[in-house]
Amino acid sequence: MLTTLLEPFQFEFFRNGTIAAVLVGGLCGLIGVYIVLRGMSYIGHGLSHAIFGGAVVSFVMAWNFYVGAGLWGFVAAVLINQTVRRTKIGADAAIGVITTASFAIGVALISRYRRFTRSFDAALFGNILGVTPQDVWMVAGVTVLVTVIIFFFYKQLLFTTFDAEVAQVYGVQTQWVDTMFALLLAAALIVSMQILGVTLIAAALVIPAITARLMTDSFDRMVLASTLIGALTGLIGMYLSYYVDVASGATIVLLQATLFGLVLTVTSLQKRASQRLLHTHV
Amino acid sequence: MRRVGVAAAAKAGAHQSGGSCVQALVELQDVTFGYGAAPVLEKIDLHLHSGQFAALVGPSGAGKTSLLKLILGSLRPTRGEIRIDGRALNGRPAPQVGYVPQLETVDWNFPVTVAQVVLMGRTRQSGWWPWPTKADRRVLATLLDSLEIGQLAERHIRDLSGGQQQRVFLARALIAKPDLLVLDEPTTGVDMRTAENVLHMLAGLNRQGMTILMTTHDLNAAAAHVPWVVCLNRRIIAQGRPEDVFNVATLNETYQADMLVIHQDGLLLVQQRPHHHTYHDVLPNPILGHVAA
Repeated sequence: MLTTLLEPFQFEFFRNGTIAAVLVGGLCGLIGVYIVLRGMSYIGHGLSHAIFGGAVVSFVMAWNFYVGAGLWGFVAAVLINQTVRRTKIGADAAIGVITTASFAIGVALISRYRRFTRSFDAALFGNILGVTPQDVWMVAGVTVLVTVIIFFFYKQLLFTTFDAEVAQVYGVQTQWVDTMFALLLAAALIVSMQILGVTLIAAALVIPAITARLMTDSFDRMVLASTLIGALTGLIGMYLSYYVDVASGATIVLLQATLFGLVLTVTSLQKRASQRLLHTHV
Repeated sequence: MRRVGVAAAAKAGAHQSGGSCVQALVELQDVTFGYGAAPVLEKIDLHLHSGQFAALVGPSGAGKTSLLKLILGSLRPTRGEIRIDGRALNGRPAPQVGYVPQLETVDWNFPVTVAQVVLMGRTRQSGWWPWPTKADRRVLATLLDSLEIGQLAERHIRDLSGGQQQRVFLARALIAKPDLLVLDEPTTGVDMRTAENVLHMLAGLNRQGMTILMTTHDLNAAAAHVPWVVCLNRRIIAQGRPEDVFNVATLNETYQADMLVIHQDGLLLVQQRPHHHTYHDVLPNPILGHVAA
């Protein structure tokens, strides 16, 4: 029985993929809290598209993928932040313009230089089972970096996310905090892109965070719950995908969406019950 | 600009700061500011002394919030200089200033408790660890108890009454022990009794030596509780004690409206003189088809 249950783990590709899925799930869950609370849920979707453009440019220019795509994603994130801060343009519109233009650069380059030796399918749709030990180390490194920085800048990030204008009055260097967060987000998206793909990253960023938000009114507990949901759905999703024979990234996201639906139903029923109770007491 | 009762205010300032010499904590010299080509504020000269309690009054769009943001260092003047405690701001955040924003600007669905919001005020003072230190907790407990919201520390900010919410943001401003407290419309959006309580609380803080600058639309409350008022409409129209400044001529100029000032039982009451508008005075063009018909 135990041998059957542990069967998938005898394969190295599955072990690598599972470790990567757990780390990426937790990482996206953690960063997603700040994204959702800033009302920038669309940024994950947009920036991953922008990074795709950066990845194609890196390939054409023969740059290192992580450096080229990372720099591209960081610049796009900073541009979005600055456009929102300095103009009347809202976050959704700024993300739409900057990231779609960046994605279009990638598409234009692919159509111009048709003789590509590299397939960009993995970048678009993810390839968890093709994760190498080097990829796992890269994901682990970024996860540790992001966790450590969020840990030590927890208060500054919380205040800036809650009310950036007032945080600045209280001496928080909000410009610097925003730039640092853009860098972390770009790094997280790049390591997640190989695993989940451009098309699924947005869901992995948003779903654990909104599920956690439904479960608690405490910021600390939301951060913890979102990270755990991301990591656990990464683990269970990978495991399920082996048996149901469905793409791993899609299984993880579908599992997260199912959990969100369940939590939404339970919390709605609880709310309705407490309102009914209050009504009968009044 | 008319300056009325300066001697009285200086005396009050000296009294409030414990009898020492009057020191200008906030100084604005020839300050002009605009978001675009048209200036929102013009040639503002304002001095606020240590221990003073002042209210900025004026109609919507008069530049009250912009003036507060200039003093806080969130905005930079296009001309002129702002000094806080003798130091020029030059676009930096003002040091030792506690700020209470308008309650309407707060995201009430944000997942934070009362304690977390109040401790945000100590972000600059506290260390790198994410959790509050023993000293943070001690200061927090004392402050919340003194504002009579000690039992609400772990409650979500949405689950509070208007008065309690105002106290939470006041606590956030006070926890860093500021020299100057700046409040943007602390009596807006709360009922009359809560507004009265908030102003009593501010008067109490002022008696303990806190310098306070607030904006308000409630002229009657300002007349009753605030010893110094500044009438603003793009420029300073007048400043002084409410009984000296709140007269028909000054208020008409400030509000560009027909104002009525009544003295009743030692109270000063201000009201805009009612007009009998017809529908076409207010809305020259019909909005709904059936109204025109």
